[in-house]
Amino acid sequence: MADLRNDFVGIKSPNPFWLASAPPTDKAYNVERAFKAGWGGVVWKTLGEEGPPVVNVNGPRYGAIWGADRRLLGLNNIELITDRDLYVNLREMKQVKMNWPDRALVASIMVPCEEESWKAILPLVEETGADGIELNFGCPHGMSERGMGAAVGQVPEYIEMVVRWCKQYTRMPVITKLTPNITDIRKPARAAKAGGTDAVSLINTINSIVSVDLDNFAPNPTVGGKGTHGGYCGPAVKPIALNMVAEIARDPETYGLPISGIGGITTWRDAAEFMALGAGNVQVCTAAMTYGFKIVQEMITGLSNWMDAKGHRTLDDIVARAVPNVTDWQYLNLNYIAKARIDQDACIKCGRCHIACEDTSHQAITQFVDGVRHFEVMEDECVGCNLCVNVCPVENCITMVGLEAGTLDQRTGKPVDPTYANWTTHPNNPMARQAAE
Amino acid sequence: MGTTQSGIHGGRLSPSDYERNFSDLHPRLDDHEALVAADRCYFCHDAPCMTACPTTIDIPMFIRQISTGNPIGSAKTIFDQNILGGMCARVCPTETLCEEACVRNTAEHRPVEIGRLQRYATDVAIAGNHQFYARAERTGKAVAVVGAGPAGLACAHRLAVMGHDVVILEAREKSGGLNEYGIATYKAVDDFAQREVDYVLSVGGIEVKHGVKLGRDFTLADLTANFDAVFLGMGLAGVNGLGVEGEHLPGVVDAVDFIARLRQAKDKAEVPVGRRVVVIGGGMTAIDAAVQAKLLGAEEVTICYRRGKEHMNASPFEQDLAASKGVMIRHWLQPKRVIARDGHVAGIEVEYTELVDGRLAGTGETGVLAADQIFKAIGQTFEASGLGALSITGGRIAVDAEGRTSVPGIWAGGDCVKAGEDLTVTSVAQGRDAAESIHRALAAAVQPAAAVA
Ligand SMILES: Cc1cc2nc3c(=O)[nH]c(=O)nc-3n(C[C@H](O)[C@H](O)[C@H](O)COP(=O)(O)OP(=O)(O)OC[C@H]3O[C@@H](n4cnc5c(N)ncnc54)[C@H](O)[C@@H]3O)c2cc1C
Ligand SMILES: Cc1cc2nc3c(=O)[nH]c(=O)nc-3n(C[C@H](O)[C@H](O)[C@H](O)COP(=O)(O)O)c2cc1C
Ligand code: SF4
Repeated sequence: MADLRNDFVGIKSPNPFWLASAPPTDKAYNVERAFKAGWGGVVWKTLGEEGPPVVNVNGPRYGAIWGADRRLLGLNNIELITDRDLYVNLREMKQVKMNWPDRALVASIMVPCEEESWKAILPLVEETGADGIELNFGCPHGMSERGMGAAVGQVPEYIEMVVRWCKQYTRMPVITKLTPNITDIRKPARAAKAGGTDAVSLINTINSIVSVDLDNFAPNPTVGGKGTHGGYCGPAVKPIALNMVAEIARDPETYGLPISGIGGITTWRDAAEFMALGAGNVQVCTAAMTYGFKIVQEMITGLSNWMDAKGHRTLDDIVARAVPNVTDWQYLNLNYIAKARIDQDACIKCGRCHIACEDTSHQAITQFVDGVRHFEVMEDECVGCNLCVNVCPVENCITMVGLEAGTLDQRTGKPVDPTYANWTTHPNNPMARQAAE
Repeated sequence: MGTTQSGIHGGRLSPSDYERNFSDLHPRLDDHEALVAADRCYFCHDAPCMTACPTTIDIPMFIRQISTGNPIGSAKTIFDQNILGGMCARVCPTETLCEEACVRNTAEHRPVEIGRLQRYATDVAIAGNHQFYARAERTGKAVAVVGAGPAGLACAHRLAVMGHDVVILEAREKSGGLNEYGIATYKAVDDFAQREVDYVLSVGGIEVKHGVKLGRDFTLADLTANFDAVFLGMGLAGVNGLGVEGEHLPGVVDAVDFIARLRQAKDKAEVPVGRRVVVIGGGMTAIDAAVQAKLLGAEEVTICYRRGKEHMNASPFEQDLAASKGVMIRHWLQPKRVIARDGHVAGIEVEYTELVDGRLAGTGETGVLAADQIFKAIGQTFEASGLGALSITGGRIAVDAEGRTSVPGIWAGGDCVKAGEDLTVTSVAQGRDAAESIHRALAAAVQPAAAVA
């Protein structure tokens, strides 16, 4: 049995599955249920300053994108940080941590960008026995209009400054949660590191308008006739999050900085992918909000069974294993040649590969052979782009087959070159460096 | 009364049983079910389902329109090719047409539910009375259509859209042909056939005259003299006889008449049915008659077919449907003699058959099946009276690929011609295509003058 125990910047949990700071972690009632269901840790719903709490809208907070069977693919929200009193939250956190000493409990915090505010709240949090803090520099709506959340996360200097205050005023590990609403995610990550953060977590939600109510001509969710941009999350954002995690994991300046991966994680496989790209653990929100806490059991057994099948014993065996294989486009091997191949026994003759290739790509798939409906790759036209594989509705029906070195590429009429050669040395590249020099 | 009383009676069941038995075989999909079903379509290129549809509906397109919440656009895609798409959605043997061709069968043996999706979209449009077609400028041409069945209606609609004035001459009291009088009750429940006729006619430019019959009330010559073109869509009015002793005894009935009576009955309890029913035949009509006899409360219903299962015209789907309703299908049996008791049917003597050198022959071995009612369902025939010089082939009107008969100015389509399968959808295709051919002919006739001017 694989060992799923997780040690993230010294915070221990029985498995790497944490609930992200969000409605599922807003109060003791939910968190107790989550721990009973098996979650390894929680990041408590973001705390605000002492005093009257923020208020949420009293109309709809969510919008969504669905598949045909109403499977939720993307969720958008305009919720703010906790709207409960700070001391109520702190009391509950303390009690829950006492009840569940083996689980991770991290406090998420968002207070104004002033030293005094951070200095004031940190000892209060420390007193609860929380294992660490997460700085919410991510919320793209509402709080950012007040100079918090993404408004901080989009300015690397502010990030560095706040992280530094936190490291100064608390002994707790500091996790800096980044906003994806920025052009180059490496910049805020570097700033957090410069401020002394113990880890980064990402992504927070993506600025979005999820849909428009065409009867009322207003964005959804519509509150009294008007809507605003919200934060996008759920399965749809996973590819964006994966890339951002990888960018930080492979950036020489932040290399080795612990990452808590967040964004669209719904299954054990999603989690494994994040970890392979460098996340030391993962956080989940939308999947739990969609299906309830029980899904963690699938995540635990799925990850464990996969690790057993592959011979991975601990999480260290998988974390960051894919990072060395993420590279820049310019270093991809231009001498690697692959051709699509259609398994005629699996082909159901829908013709989608043909029309996709014919209309939008390289005219490399037949529709008829000898007058009979038959879809076959013409190797002399196929550039190996992989579009057909992606539009084919049958799994494994079309595969990409790499040509052995020395075999003839029928498209170019040349044999496949066994050497590795990339764009940096390509004759068409005006900037090409002379390899030999 | 119940199912066990001998003789032929109505009221064998409770009102709730009748209601349940004659409700929709495949109820309409609700919105969500339709989205889920539509999502299974792959939007095939040059889709095989479309090729398999006799009216060549753009199936992947109409399904995609459903999946995007555009059932009205979907309905128009359907009606553009098949104005009776609502009825076809209910009655087409899709398992041998579009759904048989669906590529989903290859991987999963479960096609996209094309028929039910088509019904979903067309129901939305018809319920909302969406009129998609505006008549073209009037051409001043008048066309006579004989028969208000699927072929005649499809032809008339297309002609009216193209600006011609149409008069339909229909022998019966209601329009719709077998849609109204023949289709099994559970395929076209309530008054859908009439609602669909109204919907088709609502485009305007079509006058329907009921109770007038070609050969009795007017001749073909009357039509050619008074109209610019004629379309014949009379279907098959005759029924094959058994040709055995006792055929004319009370209790021996045409399956088609029985079904028509059932379709017209407001209260199904009024339709009498035997305790033991034997149906002679092996096609769709035999199955429909047998199933509906069972649904009316017959205790025992047996179909006797003189050849093997593989020779039956009824599709495996229909055979399964019959079996699921408790109908017994027996093969290799042919009728010898209807047996009477007290001047009424008491049974039927049948003889086993076999194929000898490819020809059907009785084996000489006979037996008797008890029956109080016998349905004849061994095929309908074309009644060719009053058609004058029109060429006939294989007992039906001879036409070319466009539906032109041997006489200029006269077209024909549907069951009364020798082409394609005897199906609602085939009749619609032929009626529609004949209309296009008529339009071309009428346009060609006016062209020289226009060209000179
Ligand atoms: C019992 C039964 C069940 C069937 N079930 C199905 C099914 O489930 N699915 C399917 O696809 N097909 C089914 N069919 C076949 C289908 O109904 C026919 O193929 C289709 O109706 C033929 O259309 P039509 O317009 O050619 O003829 P019809 O529908 O027969 O219409 C002909 C019309 O012409 C009128 N007419 C006839 N003679 C004259 C005349 N001399 N003067 C004026 N009017 C005249 C008739 O009254 C009738 O209204 C079934 C047929 C039967 C008999
Ligand atoms: C294979 C592929 C290649 C693309 N190449 C370009 C490009 O060369 N230039 C560009 O501006 N956008 C390019 N795009 C982006 C598209 O123009 C478009 O902005 C993007 O796909 C989002 O639109 P869509 O998801 O609605 O298709 C490309 C997209 C794809 C899928
Ligand atoms: S064959 Fe099936 S999957 Fe393909 S277009 Fe037709 S209905 Fe859709």
